[in-house]
Amino acid sequence: MGRKEENIKKAKDLRYKPERIRNIGVVAHIDHGKTTFSDNLLAGAGMISEELAGEQLVLDYDEQEQARGITINAAAASMVHEYEGKEYLINLIDTPGHVDFGGDVTRAMRAVDGAIVVVCAVEGVMPQTETVLRQALKERVKPVLLINKVDRLINELKLDPQEMQRRFVKIITEVNQLIKKMAPEQFKDKWLVRPEDGSVAFGSALHNWAISVPYMKRTGITFKDIYEYCKNNDQKTLAKKAPIHVVALDMVIRHLPNPKEAQKYRIPNIWRGDLDSEIGKAMVDCDPNGPLSLMVTKILIDPHAGEVTFGRVYSGTLREGQEVYIIGMPKPYRIQQVAVMVGDERIPVDEIPAGNIAAILGLRDAYAGATVTSRPDVEPFESIKHYSEPVVTVRVEAKKPSDLPKLVKVLRDISKADPSIQVEINQETGEYLMSGMGELHLEVTEYRIKNEHKVDIITSEPTVIYRETVKKKSPVFEGKSPNKHNYLYVEVEPLEESVVKALLEGQIPENVKKYKKEVAKKLEELGMPKEEAKGVFGIKGANLITDVTKGIQHLHEAKELLKQAFEEVCQAGPKAAEPLQGVKVRLVDAKLHEDAIHRGPAQLIPAMRNAIYGAMTLAEPILLEPIQKVFISVPAELLGNVTREITQRRGTILDIKNEEDMSIVLAKAPVAEMFGFASAIRSATGGRVLWSTENMGFEPLPDFLQEEVMKKIRQRKGLPPEPYPAEHYAG
Amino acid sequence: MLLFIGLGLWDEKDISVKGLEEAKNCDILYAEFYTSKMGVDTKKLEKQLGKKIIVLDRENAEKGDKIINDAKNKKVGFLVAGDPMTATTHISLRIKAIEEGIKTKIIHGASIITASAGLLGLQIYKFGRIVSIARPYKDYFPLSPYDSIKSNMKMGLHTLLLLDTEDHMTANEGMQILLEMEKRKKEGIISEDTLIAVVARASSDDAVARAGYLKDLIKEDFGETPHSIVIPAKLHFMEAKALVTIANAPKEILREEGRLEG
Repeated sequence: MGRKEENIKKAKDLRYKPERIRNIGVVAHIDHGKTTFSDNLLAGAGMISEELAGEQLVLDYDEQEQARGITINAAAASMVHEYEGKEYLINLIDTPGHVDFGGDVTRAMRAVDGAIVVVCAVEGVMPQTETVLRQALKERVKPVLLINKVDRLINELKLDPQEMQRRFVKIITEVNQLIKKMAPEQFKDKWLVRPEDGSVAFGSALHNWAISVPYMKRTGITFKDIYEYCKNNDQKTLAKKAPIHVVALDMVIRHLPNPKEAQKYRIPNIWRGDLDSEIGKAMVDCDPNGPLSLMVTKILIDPHAGEVTFGRVYSGTLREGQEVYIIGMPKPYRIQQVAVMVGDERIPVDEIPAGNIAAILGLRDAYAGATVTSRPDVEPFESIKHYSEPVVTVRVEAKKPSDLPKLVKVLRDISKADPSIQVEINQETGEYLMSGMGELHLEVTEYRIKNEHKVDIITSEPTVIYRETVKKKSPVFEGKSPNKHNYLYVEVEPLEESVVKALLEGQIPENVKKYKKEVAKKLEELGMPKEEAKGVFGIKGANLITDVTKGIQHLHEAKELLKQAFEEVCQAGPKAAEPLQGVKVRLVDAKLHEDAIHRGPAQLIPAMRNAIYGAMTLAEPILLEPIQKVFISVPAELLGNVTREITQRRGTILDIKNEEDMSIVLAKAPVAEMFGFASAIRSATGGRVLWSTENMGFEPLPDFLQEEVMKKIRQRKGLPPEPYPAEHYAG
Repeated sequence: MLLFIGLGLWDEKDISVKGLEEAKNCDILYAEFYTSKMGVDTKKLEKQLGKKIIVLDRENAEKGDKIINDAKNKKVGFLVAGDPMTATTHISLRIKAIEEGIKTKIIHGASIITASAGLLGLQIYKFGRIVSIARPYKDYFPLSPYDSIKSNMKMGLHTLLLLDTEDHMTANEGMQILLEMEKRKKEGIISEDTLIAVVARASSDDAVARAGYLKDLIKEDFGETPHSIVIPAKLHFMEAKALVTIANAPKEILREEGRLEG
């Protein structure tokens, strides 16, 4: 039996011992060496050949990804490692390094209990290190630290041992500051990383070696030895003496929690159901004999097998042939195959018990984030919080009209596999609109449609997705139903900043009906008046609607319809049919017909829609535009070219740091101005630049652009050039 | 001048002689059928009136601006199923017309409100609040009809249920919705053993009037719509007799007068 086969056998056995399982992810700023590191773990564990590691990039599924040198998909792999005489199963989920793909990172975080944070020794803690660490800590994922590219400190920057030490201390201190700031209260101290206990490792993923304090003690290797090996260009020997996979996996086993431990404190954070129910208990205890519950974290389209669903089993045991429910879908599904992953290979097994990561065939209608259970009526996992929303759209057309049906299917598959891609059909024009997190995200998706799915498409220039909001409070506006037998009275005003922030961060459940008390309490804490907080009956995006009326007959029954109208309006505001953000709608009075049929959907939905639109029109509606944070690292002498490039794009420089002869620029700029930035910055710096972007929400569009942008959007959407005046909605 | 002309219950022959004559004298004729599904054939009606009829959908009838505009200097007839101001919302149109200085007039027609009681042999004095049963829409499932039925029953009053005209709700669907309401409210008002009556195609040659227990009637085929439901409460002995003789109700109800009280 080869080593790989042997490992597969061991992995199969270890499925049943949760205390010997670790579900982990690797997170890092772009180019800090995450994928190389992941591959070396796999190679070391005998899952891929050692010679290829560092080059093969098993976890990089996509060819284009290798070509671009960034990781796009989060795939999963399992490996076996021996620690203190016992064998352990480590399930590794790879996460994307580019923040354009933030949705994938968050989803992967939900499936793991611990994370290795990789930080480049040369660049140090970068803004995206902070972002990914925050995502991990929000999901109660415990971190350990790997300081990578240590050889470059010695060989390129020529630092002496003391200078190196200082640099390490700086990185560790910064990481710990972030942990202190962002970790859940009870873990703030426990989760700090400390070199002396082995929760920090130092090494070079490319050259296959790493070291930690416990490992040094055990083997007698010293920092001085490392320094010498690197200096003498003999990292091969070092890799034999201190292989990275041993050091890193020791660290994982020693410091990251097993699923049994982790689910105790993670389930209450990620599941809102009754913890004392049978399934609640089973999940908290990671019980393989309880009812099945699994959360889907990823869907890949395999050219042969079709849709492969990845997910974490939290309770029960997933079996081939089993009937399961996807919450929200009416019919059960039969599991065709369950498998563990090794690199890009699926190893079919008969069953996968709680605590493991599974690859599944047969869940046709699953989507990333879905809950899969053995019972139809289980409380779903709350939707995973996304830290960013799509901000850029392109129009997609099939080059050959005969390809249209295929394109429709491909677009559907793509948005299922990557929910941060949203696809919409413009019913009037029949156009397909594809929205994503940024220009690059859409370019990558376009490439996939053409090269993987083999559909030739034409895409339009990208357009920006704006938001609409109001600047002041409106007077009371009366909305009438078409039959004139129902009047609704509405006010709109800007929603409290604190509430907007909490909604954007997903701190408040959108299902108000179900969590009414919780929502009211939270909103009151955030500074909303008690009467309003109690009356909230609809939340959509960062907008809400509240009922401040008293004792109106039949209103209770009508509210469902008013909520639907509110949600409709939130998708398309009165100014440019863009989504709303930061709008509070107050229902202040209502006059309703006695009979339900005369106040049905056809009456109340238009009445409410008109009431909100009319009120908004009188509340100084404005457009908000998406803003990106831009991180740029260039040689100091080129700094001027970079700042010029930013300021030309209505950008603002927020911070400039100088490290050695490099300048690290932190700036912000509107997404609308950032199109084509990639080639512009390359030519401005002669290619000597590293940069990345991250969406940071919406800000008011400058006054001088409001009119122009509004007209452009209206024209593009085929709307009349001017928005309607308030009287239009008075009917 | 704006005339609201009732077309009565079923086909083109249900219009009154006065309505027919007035309609013939109109300059323009509008009609709407969304508030009721009657068996009237517009072509036949046009032939009978010797005039073209403009049929309005809900949106245009509710807006009413075309009618109002024409009525300012012409004689406009608005043909409406049943009795024009019953179970519809055309009163807003009449008020608007009067506000614009337009003379208005109503020519009545027969309505299901009285016809259902008549066909079943129930006494109109004993009816309580009328309710409509709306088709559920997404998460919208109005339960107020249940409360009305309950308060009617408490007072010993029958309830007439008008069924949603959208997609032509059948009495069977209506009963299904009633059972669903009971499932949600659980106040013991509706059950499979509730005595219920159904009227179908009033004023047509094959009009139906049936009474029986819900569990039996829910399985019966009443033919084409429109259908209505009546939930009888406390029965006068004459009413019970009528339901048995006319509507084939089970004979045992003769012995059970007052059974449904409270």
